[in-house]
Amino acid sequence: MKLTDDELDMLGGKQGPAKQKAMEFLVQYGEALGAEQFVDTNNVTLTLCPGMEELRSMSPSLNMDEYISKDSLDSDETVVIDKLKAFTTSNATYRDYAYPELQKGGKEACESAYIAEKYCQRIGMVTLNSCTPYQCGNIPTRGEHCAWTESSAIAYCNSILGAKTNIEGGHSAFASAITGKTPLAGLHLDENRKGTVIVRVDVEMDTVLDWGLLGYFAGAQVGLEVPVYTNIKKTPDLFQLMSVGAAGMSSGTIALFHIPGITPEAATLDMVTGGGKNLRVVPYGREERRKTHKILNQSTKDDVEVVVLGCPHYNLERIAAIANLLEGKNVHENTELLITIGNAQKAIADRQGYTDTIKKAGGVVLEDSCGTHLVIDPSKVLASDSAKLLHYIPRMTGVHDTLLGTLEECITAATMGKWTGRVL
Amino acid sequence: MEKLVLKGRKVYGGIAEGYALVMKDALGGMGVYDVSTGTVTESGNHWEGEAVTGKVLVYKTGKGSSSWAGYYKSMASLGTGPVAHVITKSNSQTALGVVLSKIPAVTELDQDPTEVISTGDWVKVDGDKGIVEVTRKQL
Repeated sequence: MKLTDDELDMLGGKQGPAKQKAMEFLVQYGEALGAEQFVDTNNVTLTLCPGMEELRSMSPSLNMDEYISKDSLDSDETVVIDKLKAFTTSNATYRDYAYPELQKGGKEACESAYIAEKYCQRIGMVTLNSCTPYQCGNIPTRGEHCAWTESSAIAYCNSILGAKTNIEGGHSAFASAITGKTPLAGLHLDENRKGTVIVRVDVEMDTVLDWGLLGYFAGAQVGLEVPVYTNIKKTPDLFQLMSVGAAGMSSGTIALFHIPGITPEAATLDMVTGGGKNLRVVPYGREERRKTHKILNQSTKDDVEVVVLGCPHYNLERIAAIANLLEGKNVHENTELLITIGNAQKAIADRQGYTDTIKKAGGVVLEDSCGTHLVIDPSKVLASDSAKLLHYIPRMTGVHDTLLGTLEECITAATMGKWTGRVL
Repeated sequence: MEKLVLKGRKVYGGIAEGYALVMKDALGGMGVYDVSTGTVTESGNHWEGEAVTGKVLVYKTGKGSSSWAGYYKSMASLGTGPVAHVITKSNSQTALGVVLSKIPAVTELDQDPTEVISTGDWVKVDGDKGIVEVTRKQL
């Protein structure tokens, strides 16, 4: 790779051991990507939250500087990081400290999450603890070079905001946070951002469920290509766009998609495909939708025992909708209702009284946590409105009875203990 | 014995060899493995029930959660992971995964490796030279 003087200084150790280690790593990573140079970044979002066992195995005294040195900087010598160079926010891999018993690892996991959160704050990270940083304070501008982790956020960053990020992992994003550099490769380059395959949508797209199913279908069809969703007749809302991105990154690798007339790099189909002729067209009709729904909606039982919502972390509109639906009602005695949101949204939901209404009805609103971190008995029947969540839950908890429906259907299931969702 | 040599681009250097596990599909990380044993536990995965330990993984590209690389790093440090990767089109997930695992990997080969390598073939990967040498399994 061709390095600038500043980058060579970092690599040579002139800017301290943390930047040196981080730059050594980034050079290896950049070469692996086939990059020839770096680009500056001042926008990083990452996950830095080891479980207690992992933390203890690298630092018996639970010292985060020691853990980070070994895990992230590949250094047996402890390197103390002063402040990160790039503006950096944290992802939702944390715990709601108020409900240790509801989350995997219990009290110990809350303790290690707390140690990690305090460390992140000390080195200058803003602990949004959300998989949706773009709705709580980290909103990249169009064209901005970012280094983001979290698959659903990456899809949103590239597709909806028109900012540029590759699919970073915790280690590469952390090195970018320390140095303010990321390899100039992949989706940072305009030539890799054109639409290369058309997914023609031949069904009505009215609900979050519709958008989640579209993303989940396309993810399994397009490989590393950049899909353009065409024939969309209605402007999708925020959570519909969040959901199509999250689902497309679960069944596949759609880190960037376009919708002509709606997403920022797709003023027209011609523009976003570079006038590309003879692009492959993947039709998405009722039959494709039905088959996709069946993959995620596979329970034959209709007694719903757990309802998990908030994947990705809900926006305020959806939290308000739950509060309205639950007003004066109770969650069924055999059913749990668990909702995950970021702490910023939680603070507003508290002020609005939404949290209280949900709590009074018997639901739990967890901040900073993730559906995949929840303790769930694998024999239970679980319902959600999230294609992403229902992709990962069976793989990470062993649950096999899953039901996918709309938010309204999920709340009805929570209050009645029965599934009344539509069969698509 | 029939041998096949593929030439591509280095993702990460080093030399390693082992039996191939081949998938004509993208490979995930989160929710795919029991990392303590290297066994593929994901229901419906082409390699369900197989252990990747000591194997050369041959697949189209990475997919799924951005924590992809972390799972391969964990398996590398536990000694339960694969010894090399041969990837049709490496992306940022797979690139990071092999750098953290410190094992050889090659991509962008002159033929699609998932089409010409079969599960059970013996595969030697020279990451630095970008060469993949395939010895067909005995039928």
